[in-house]
Amino acid sequence: MISQIFILSAKGDHLIYKDFRGEASKDSINVFYEMVTALSGDQPPVVMSHKDLHFIHVRQGGLYWVASTKTNPSPFTIIEFLNRLAALTKDYCGSLSEKSVRMNFALIYELLDEMVDFGYIQTTSTDILKNFIQTEAVSSKPFSLFDLSNVGLFGAETQQSKVAPSVAASRPIMSSRGEQGGKNEIFVDVIERLSVVIGSNGVLMKSDIQGEIRIKCFLPTCSEMRIGLNEELNIGKSQLKGYSSAVRVDECRFHQAVKLDEFDTFRILKVCPSQGEQTVMQYQLCDELPCAPPFQLFPSVEKDYVNRVMIFLKLRCDLPPKSTALNVSITVPVPKGSISMSQELSSPDQTAELQPKNKALLWEIPRFPGGAQLSALFKVDVPGISSASLLEVGPVSMSFELPKQTCTGLQIRFLRLSPTQTGLSQRWVRYVTHSDSYTIRI
Amino acid sequence: MPGMTEYIEQPIVAGLRDKASYVRRVAVLGCAKMHSLQPNTEIDGSIVNELYALLRDPDPVVVVNCLRALEEILKDEGGVVINKPIAHHLLNRMKDLDSWAQSEVLTFLLRYRPRSDDELFDILSLLDTFLQSAHAHVAVATLRLFLHLASAHPAVQADALLRTSAPLLATCGAGSRELRFAGLCHVQQVMRSQPGLFGTHYKRFFCGYSEPSYIKFRKMEILVELVNDENVALVLEELRSYCTDVSPELAQAAIAAIGHIARTYSEKCLDILTGLLALKQDHIMSAVIQTFRDLAWFCPQSIAAVCQTVEACVDSPQDSEGKQALLWLLGEHGEQISSAPYVMEGYIDGLKTELSSAVKMELLTATVKMFLCRPAETQDMLGRLLHYCIEEESDMCVRDRALLYYRLLQRGVEETRKVVTGPKSDPSMSVLTGRQEEPISQWSSTFNTLGPLSGHNVCLQTVCISAVDQPSDSAEKELLPGSKEVTLSSPNDTEEEISLSLGPSLSHEAFEKMWLDLETLHRQTLGFPRPKTSPDTLQAALQLVKIQTLAFTPGDTVPWKAYIYTRSTETLILAELLQEDPQSSSSDETLVVSVKQQPVLGDIQKKVWDEMPSEKNPPPSSWSSRFDQGLRLHAERRIGVTDLDLG
Repeated sequence: MISQIFILSAKGDHLIYKDFRGEASKDSINVFYEMVTALSGDQPPVVMSHKDLHFIHVRQGGLYWVASTKTNPSPFTIIEFLNRLAALTKDYCGSLSEKSVRMNFALIYELLDEMVDFGYIQTTSTDILKNFIQTEAVSSKPFSLFDLSNVGLFGAETQQSKVAPSVAASRPIMSSRGEQGGKNEIFVDVIERLSVVIGSNGVLMKSDIQGEIRIKCFLPTCSEMRIGLNEELNIGKSQLKGYSSAVRVDECRFHQAVKLDEFDTFRILKVCPSQGEQTVMQYQLCDELPCAPPFQLFPSVEKDYVNRVMIFLKLRCDLPPKSTALNVSITVPVPKGSISMSQELSSPDQTAELQPKNKALLWEIPRFPGGAQLSALFKVDVPGISSASLLEVGPVSMSFELPKQTCTGLQIRFLRLSPTQTGLSQRWVRYVTHSDSYTIRI
Repeated sequence: MPGMTEYIEQPIVAGLRDKASYVRRVAVLGCAKMHSLQPNTEIDGSIVNELYALLRDPDPVVVVNCLRALEEILKDEGGVVINKPIAHHLLNRMKDLDSWAQSEVLTFLLRYRPRSDDELFDILSLLDTFLQSAHAHVAVATLRLFLHLASAHPAVQADALLRTSAPLLATCGAGSRELRFAGLCHVQQVMRSQPGLFGTHYKRFFCGYSEPSYIKFRKMEILVELVNDENVALVLEELRSYCTDVSPELAQAAIAAIGHIARTYSEKCLDILTGLLALKQDHIMSAVIQTFRDLAWFCPQSIAAVCQTVEACVDSPQDSEGKQALLWLLGEHGEQISSAPYVMEGYIDGLKTELSSAVKMELLTATVKMFLCRPAETQDMLGRLLHYCIEEESDMCVRDRALLYYRLLQRGVEETRKVVTGPKSDPSMSVLTGRQEEPISQWSSTFNTLGPLSGHNVCLQTVCISAVDQPSDSAEKELLPGSKEVTLSSPNDTEEEISLSLGPSLSHEAFEKMWLDLETLHRQTLGFPRPKTSPDTLQAALQLVKIQTLAFTPGDTVPWKAYIYTRSTETLILAELLQEDPQSSSSDETLVVSVKQQPVLGDIQKKVWDEMPSEKNPPPSSWSSRFDQGLRLHAERRIGVTDLDLG
């Protein structure tokens, strides 16, 4: 049972405040904000209590989404509800930011009215909500030159023929009465998050893939959709691999609404997508990457002169030659007290900087083609260095995105809407792998 | 607004019978709102009946809203009643509900007690699919109901936990950080009873570098619990890489975590900790020294190594916690650290600039302890220290402490020794017994509530305990030598009549010769299988009950054998532990101990032997019960997955 829901900006401005039961005072917003800003780094912030009022909050889009309650509810329910509220806000407003929440406050209040009654969650399904939500979303996208040169949604090149238009997916779902009304689009995204630890000897120590298939549907009404996955998809550890090309996941879970009667034989998911974004399938794979890890690092760290550490990094991208990794950034911890750095990079589009506050140097590569190898030499000046300081260099962590790539090899064979829609409907399938945590020990 | 409620009632009652489900939903909750507007009036029986009837409504949200409304209206009478028809009706409707309603209904069903086991298992099999739900909140709510319903069937509970471990682990890797955190907290709860459940998945608890530190702290706490013989090297390597983290709190927590593991795997951890000292960073050094202090207290085997490292360490910590820890080590183990008085002298000379009174108190205690074991080197500086603290110190606590020691020393050195010196390591053997596996009922009532999330820090707690346990820290304890004596008599001597000692070690040849010469005095089957832990830990465990080990058969070879020996006053006792091949022997997986005695029985003991009927009370059997105790302690200790079958 939720007493209040409020949304605060990072600075503590009250964006949305709704009291469902009148049992807590409005002052609790300020109490919450004081508590959350007073937390030190090591204190768990998710649940906080003030007298008999509990605050549960999540952070999304740089905002605090807070629910307060006087009972002792399931934390999973409240957290997932707040996440869902944020997702719905994103669906309806197009994007999630302080500005879009401010501009669409009436819409968000309307949503909250339908979603929660007297503190009890009523519904969060877009199918039901769309019958009651009348307010038009105000798009917060101002025109800017930057948008024109914008790289695609996941940073991919903007070539209309190849990639789905990047702005298309970040528009409000309800703007069917607007100018974009004619566009009947459906996006199916296969998103994988990769977390990897590679030992100092180059051996893969941990690998873990969390994947999901997400549908974003802009069709006002949608009949059944059939999503065909790889036929040779294996689920579970025990099953034997048929051919070497088999795709395997450890386990998968489906959205309630997914019909699985053809899944066992043909690997077909049947679903009637409702408007907005929803995750139809989640899967995971542990410890057995079907392909080589996307990056290998060959580091060497030496003490050079009296006060200087030489860090030579050779980074190889083991992706197939046609694909590219984007926005690769490499963080290397450096000894405490490093003051300056000089670097030799192999191309002008790369950047490197020393961040003394984080005791780290950051090397950024905007594009990294598969099969390529890049190297960089960093000379870090550390006054009063000792040989033990070299131990502070490492482990290296990387973040990157791999568009058009899935590490498990999961593919969508086909996407069929049946019966065929009357209007022109565009279907897009997008793949992307994000690095959740990619760590290489030195 | 008392007048207004009159006008509300009629439209709400009409709304309850409306054709549109949307109206009914609002009307049902409207009943609850109406009740909350006039809380003291009598409950309207007709509305309650109507709401109970609406539990059969075709619209799922109306059903759940009815439960919620009844719960509020009937709060004073204990909430909505879930009887058998209602429970079964709700269970059958589960599939139609959306996930929010499902988890709420599952919580309501906690009230229902099935009449028979058959009914219970019918319910459980109905709920089975929800254990694997894609929504974490449904899976967890189902698990809670399972644990609650099957409280009399531990096997069912264990099975449910096993099957929910996958969704729980998935939430631990969820995209939303908050959900991850909730998942981790609940994993910790499950581990209180089933420590081995996540053993094979320990890599899932490695920290991602971009995770916020509150998640990293939880993950480290879990990793420490999951350490076993197979993964210890990898886990330590992972923890080692956190020790140089940018955040000092995180680095210190990682060092403390390594210290925790060191209680079981001292050698590897001490290497890492010693290596960290070379980094020459204040916060790391301070944390390492504090870890050393805890280690010396909890884990007596490591004292020698710790003292060696402390002696070799040139720098000294700068913060007060680190200073206190170092001083405690110097005072407690001064005789093993040759440079101790000189380090302490440095602190005494710098006393005027010291701000923390806790450090001053610790310095006083440590110097007095040092004086007791190395009087010649310490006498002069102790005098200076007491003089300063009594004459010039402004903090009353410190001054009183100094006066206390001064008066104590006036009574004579022996008197002081009696009061000040205590056990040098944790006498409760808590390291050996470890944390007990708690019954599931201990935590199942708070499972899936805010309780587990609203902050308790396992790591911190133990550090606090260790600080309280240190006799030097509390003046009261020192003033009560009587209570001290109780702790002094270690558990080794309280229960048994005979006292064992380690004595000089025995060579393999001598043991073999004696073993072949002697006859078996006593043979006993112990009611438990062999401990499946590493030889190192077993050896350490047995040494604590004063039994030496000579040789083990490695690993899982069958038959498994171990040769051990000990000394009692003037007797040498040899023993063989044997676990035979389970196929060949009829007894399944139990240890047989055979005891032999080198008959250098002392005169007195011989007399005792003669006087007592030997069948009734042969000394070796009491010895073997002692051994039994040692092994049992060991078995209770939780080491990881491999230990599960011992429980």
